[in-house]
Amino acid sequence: MALAGIGRGSFAAVIPRYQTVLFIVLLAASVIMTVLLWRQLDRAHQRMLDGQNSAPTQAPLVAPAESATLMVASDADGALQPRILSLPLPSLEANPGARARAILGRLLDLYAAADSAHPVPGGAASVEQVFLLPEPAGDSSSGAAGNKNAQNGSELAVVNLSGSFAANHPSGIETETLTVLSICATLHANLPRVASVRFLVDGQQRDTLAGHADLTRTYLTSQAVPSEEVTP
Amino acid sequence: MRWSEPMAEGEGRRSRAFAFILLATTPMVALAQASPVQAPRYTVVLDAAHGGDDTGGHSGTPSGSQSQFWAEKDTTLALSARLRSLLAARGIAVVTTRDSDTNVDRVRRDELANHANAQACISLHASLSGTGVHLFTSSLAPSQPARLQPWSTAQGPWINRSLSFAGVLNSALQHAGLNVALGRTSLPVVDSMACPAVAIELSPEGGAANGSGQSGSGRSGIDSLNDADYQARVAEAIAAAIVEWRSPASGAGASQP
Repeated sequence: MALAGIGRGSFAAVIPRYQTVLFIVLLAASVIMTVLLWRQLDRAHQRMLDGQNSAPTQAPLVAPAESATLMVASDADGALQPRILSLPLPSLEANPGARARAILGRLLDLYAAADSAHPVPGGAASVEQVFLLPEPAGDSSSGAAGNKNAQNGSELAVVNLSGSFAANHPSGIETETLTVLSICATLHANLPRVASVRFLVDGQQRDTLAGHADLTRTYLTSQAVPSEEVTP
Repeated sequence: MRWSEPMAEGEGRRSRAFAFILLATTPMVALAQASPVQAPRYTVVLDAAHGGDDTGGHSGTPSGSQSQFWAEKDTTLALSARLRSLLAARGIAVVTTRDSDTNVDRVRRDELANHANAQACISLHASLSGTGVHLFTSSLAPSQPARLQPWSTAQGPWINRSLSFAGVLNSALQHAGLNVALGRTSLPVVDSMACPAVAIELSPEGGAANGSGQSGSGRSGIDSLNDADYQARVAEAIAAAIVEWRSPASGAGASQP
């Protein structure tokens, strides 16, 4: 009965004051540690993203300058015009993906310029990666052409664009189509083995570029090149 | 008597079957007599793109100055309403994918268009980029009609007829003195339409220098797109093209690709 009486009595009365204080201090320390760890995690994540963004988007100047053909879009006439520029580019054999990225970066730099005929903000940093893969043989989205390309040893380019580029791209069928086609045609003009192109945004598939142009399909570069470029 | 019962039952079945056939065929005959020559209904689908929380292209903020805010969804809806009135006045049945500021799912838009068995489908868009009116047909390769067509490439068998329809629209818009550009694109809502389908994108008449800038004539692209007179001229030209497409010479009457 005496034990029961103690049990039913004031529970706080049996906990020494120093233990209560210690508990509160430990609880406060846990909260503070949680906040600090969360902030450290955020900073580490930000450092990682900054590191990615600071990856060279342009070829080092020690590389020899080579001519590159950019298929530049114009909103005024809704067409692509070839423009040949001299750029320091990574070797095609050693790093074709970096070369493709450097060329597309230059193309998007032109679009980000103040006097651009096809204004799109973002510039070179908008192209995060370009992956070049052997053409899949059974790609249903590119149909018979895809199978034929696979037999010819053609390549599929996967262009990973930044989310900010897609978010800030002007909305409209024509302007979005011109951006997609100019990227496809530029890749084909400089890397002729690239027969098809797929797009990702921040590493994920996205339905449309800015509400219109379909980004879920595979684009054939032969359809992007203006007709006068196709005919010999 | 052993045989009479089954024979009576057989006669009963035959008489019931005869009565059923008689009853079943009578309404059909009556219907055929009531409307001996029923012309196929000429239907046009108008798809006002975007809507609700999907503004499409936009410029400015809704809370800002009214004259400086523009949303694609408003222009497409206004153009759809104008076209619907013009076509109804010409005796053409119109199916719209939306009549108010609501967000209609892309698949639902295509369902409405494909169930309408329409002779023409138009997806209406607007943009501050470029100038004039842009006509887009699907960039899908033409394909043979199949009994079961994949939803995402339902436009394939209709490509050639869509190109013909775009040609009729191009002529009518140019005849109205409008600047027209033709192109092909991969637009999911059009790629899934099983009808002659064209996406029409309305851009500023005088041309905006950039996404929200001034046009060459000093008039802003927003003012041009919101101009009721400009919208009316475009709608009249599109309606004229649809009437032209309806004529037997254009071959639009057939509902098969």
